[in-house]
Amino acid sequence: MDMGIISAVAYIFLAPFAGALLAGLDRKICARMQGRQGPPLLQPLYDVMKLLNKQTKVINRVQILYLMTFLFFIIMTGVLFFAGYDILLVLFTLTTSNMFLVIAASSGHSPYAFMGASRELLQMLTYEPMVLMAAVGLYIVTGSFRISEIVTSHNLPPIIYLPGVFLGFIFILTIKLRKHPFDLSTSHHAHQEMVKGITTEFSGKMLAVVEVSHWYENIFLLGMLALFFLNGEAWSIALTVVAVIICYFVEILVDNTNARLKWQSMLRNSWIVTAVLGAVNIVIVEIVKGVK
Amino acid sequence: METLVMFLIGFPFISALLLAVIRNNNARKVITYASSVLIIVAALTYAVTFYTLGGMPMYIEEGGRLGGMMITDLADIAMIGIECLLVVLITILGIKYKKYYVIILSVLQTGLEFWYEFSGNKPEISVQNMYIDQVTVIMVLIIAIVGTLITVYACGYMDDYHHHHSDIKDRRPFFFAIMYVFIGAMFGLVMTNNFLWLYFFWEVTSVCSFLLIGYTKTEEAIHNSFRALWMNLLGGLALAGGIVMLGMKHGITDIQGLIADKGTLGAAVVVPVCLLAFGALTKSAQLPFSKWLLGAMVAPTPSSALLHSATMVKAGVYLLVRMSPVMQDQLSGYLVALIGGLTFLAMSMLAITVSDGKEVLAYSTLSNLGLITACAGIGSQETVWAAIMLIIFHAVSKALLFQTVGSIEHQTGSRDIETMHGLVRRYPYLTWTLVIGIAGMFLAPFGMLISKWAALKAFVDTGLHSNHILFTVISTILVLCICFGSATTLFYWSKWLATILSSNPADKKHKNTISANQWVSLFTLGILMILICFTFTSISIHVVLPYIRYTYGVVSEVMSHENIVLTVIMIVFIFLIPALTYLLIARNRPFPKAERYFNGAGTEDQVGFIDSFGNEKKEFLTNWYMEDIFSARLMYKPSVAVSIVLIIAFTATAIITGGGI
Repeated sequence: MDMGIISAVAYIFLAPFAGALLAGLDRKICARMQGRQGPPLLQPLYDVMKLLNKQTKVINRVQILYLMTFLFFIIMTGVLFFAGYDILLVLFTLTTSNMFLVIAASSGHSPYAFMGASRELLQMLTYEPMVLMAAVGLYIVTGSFRISEIVTSHNLPPIIYLPGVFLGFIFILTIKLRKHPFDLSTSHHAHQEMVKGITTEFSGKMLAVVEVSHWYENIFLLGMLALFFLNGEAWSIALTVVAVIICYFVEILVDNTNARLKWQSMLRNSWIVTAVLGAVNIVIVEIVKGVK
Repeated sequence: METLVMFLIGFPFISALLLAVIRNNNARKVITYASSVLIIVAALTYAVTFYTLGGMPMYIEEGGRLGGMMITDLADIAMIGIECLLVVLITILGIKYKKYYVIILSVLQTGLEFWYEFSGNKPEISVQNMYIDQVTVIMVLIIAIVGTLITVYACGYMDDYHHHHSDIKDRRPFFFAIMYVFIGAMFGLVMTNNFLWLYFFWEVTSVCSFLLIGYTKTEEAIHNSFRALWMNLLGGLALAGGIVMLGMKHGITDIQGLIADKGTLGAAVVVPVCLLAFGALTKSAQLPFSKWLLGAMVAPTPSSALLHSATMVKAGVYLLVRMSPVMQDQLSGYLVALIGGLTFLAMSMLAITVSDGKEVLAYSTLSNLGLITACAGIGSQETVWAAIMLIIFHAVSKALLFQTVGSIEHQTGSRDIETMHGLVRRYPYLTWTLVIGIAGMFLAPFGMLISKWAALKAFVDTGLHSNHILFTVISTILVLCICFGSATTLFYWSKWLATILSSNPADKKHKNTISANQWVSLFTLGILMILICFTFTSISIHVVLPYIRYTYGVVSEVMSHENIVLTVIMIVFIFLIPALTYLLIARNRPFPKAERYFNGAGTEDQVGFIDSFGNEKKEFLTNWYMEDIFSARLMYKPSVAVSIVLIIAFTATAIITGGGI
């Protein structure tokens, strides 16, 4: 319990900085892959500082309410996660917060933002089944939906039983991290047919809110990845660190070696991966665990 | 207690009689309001009496006499008479519209039932006709509150309706009378314990829905109403068959008798239970019988609201929930669960492809009923808990949604989602009732989601603890249905939500012309919905869990205390955070207003852009329907085929193996 409180508090205060560092590192590695020098490591932090000092303009006032609720529920998602509560509750909170981002973006009925919001919904439709399946898989393997119990199961790390689910999760993680080829609703890269998509109508402090919540969210997502490797033994922590670094590097590599796909391909491919890797893996594990 | 039961079943019929003969519009309204109030008060008294008597399930003593005869005997005679009348009515209408097959179905099942009753094949055991427990109380409250509020709403709605549709013959006395017959029959259906009485009320609701769907007498309405009729009569035939089998082979003539023997009977009753469940599946419009409920939309909105929320489809899932203990870990249960899971997934996908608001609601009803059916089929204590909670949440929010869409249609002239852009500025109150309804249907931390959560966990557990590999696979398929179905559900609700909450600067507030009685119904249901979200814990502790403890002997925690607390905290925050942001930040208008981004020059009123010739082009935004992926053409027929194969395969297995595997 105490451990949970400590890590939840640490998440609230440290996650934005860790997220900013991660984003900076991401940009640096991206640049090196493209043969560029790249910005300083702390550039994302400077960018947000600059945004905070700018005069904000909004197309309507409700946008502010929705965006602040979005930020709040993203932080709450991570807090519940790192405090070790029920993983399904965490995922539902994440969905709720994303809903508020969608509503915030579409509230102004501005063409680019509205279309970006629609695409964001499409992305949610695409990744949601796999995310739930990951939770179910972890439950079957560890016997608990509670994160504090999942990470201290003292079995073999869940990845041993859930390779398919893990690969499926990595696949849809590309959508969540807003990386090529699945960055349909908005992109980190400059070239985007929808201008800035879902964030088109956010400026100044409001855009900073979106950036910061993205940092929070990314740290939470890496936490989700870690669940596949942790089992309460000390060595599993080392394994987790290595595995998470490799996974994130692969995501960056994919980001830089792929072009953006059409939404049909994203939906079809993701659902096929979910149904084949995720579902088959779950059926097998459940039969093995069930019939004993 | 006996008086209350008699009042609840009998009084709606008296109201119906009055409404049928009185032609004056104002008198009709007064009668409707008075009936609604009286029925709600009676239902509340019924619930309170149940709890003051100790809150234990019990049979209701029958000693009342009327004119020297036992009331129950009188009721038996009346039922036989009315059943004959129904056959005559169906025959006449069947001949009139040349739909002879309904006559065959109707004669067959009534004949079967009369033969069973009078040929001496019915076991001579005395049956307690009336039963009350927590599930009865929940159903009675839903029917009384949601059902009669819909009739109140109908008073204003039908005025508008005939104002808008001058080509349709005004048959309002008939309409209101049938709605009250429907409500009375539903009370009977959920309160009775005697299978023959259940069958009687079952038939009455089938015929009522048929009459309501055909209200407008257009070609489409007649076609759809007969489809609803034959499907439900087929279900009625299965129900009659199941009742006769139970009586003749197992000597069971009442619902509690069936449940009490679940331990000793086990696999032996699988075939009759399959037949009863088949009847319930048709009534709840599960695959392959979903078409009739989709066709039911042709009727005026109050009747759709009634069919979709408090009555009709709820009768089917009610019977399934009642039978769940018998279906648990049996072939019958897994059949029902698979059909439910399939319906849940297929209908939620189809809901994405339609833009007619009422059609989205219809698909969502089917989808949610599928989830309830799946829960009832699995029949463990956790899933039954989830099923009952889903029934409560669904009844309230669906009634609210249908009525709101009906009112929107009368204000804007369309119920298409694409005409609802900017609704929040044009009709703010209607928008908020719509938002409450939609949020209640899918958004964490509100109602439905909690049940979905419990169901997901319970399905995984069933797979883990099942002793047969086939059942493990089936429950895993159900888990997958929930994973994919949640995503599709999320999609079709949130695009609607985002649309109504968006607005152009050009959208101005419209004056609405919605009558007070419509608002009464809308606001009451809206407030009820929020109340249920906040008090679902106490509903669970005081109503649902006692039922489960009584039925299953033990009760384990369905949702941990910690999760309940966190959920309630989230509900508070979802209201608190926007409110605080408004008070602390947005109220002071801290930021100047920006122009909307058009990637070029916008028009002065900001609802379009200026093209290279200097002409104004209006912006036009629509939602995603993805017809090429989820279209009815690709989805509907295959899922019907799969469900028919499932029904045949399971029933055949059950007959061949005698229920065991």
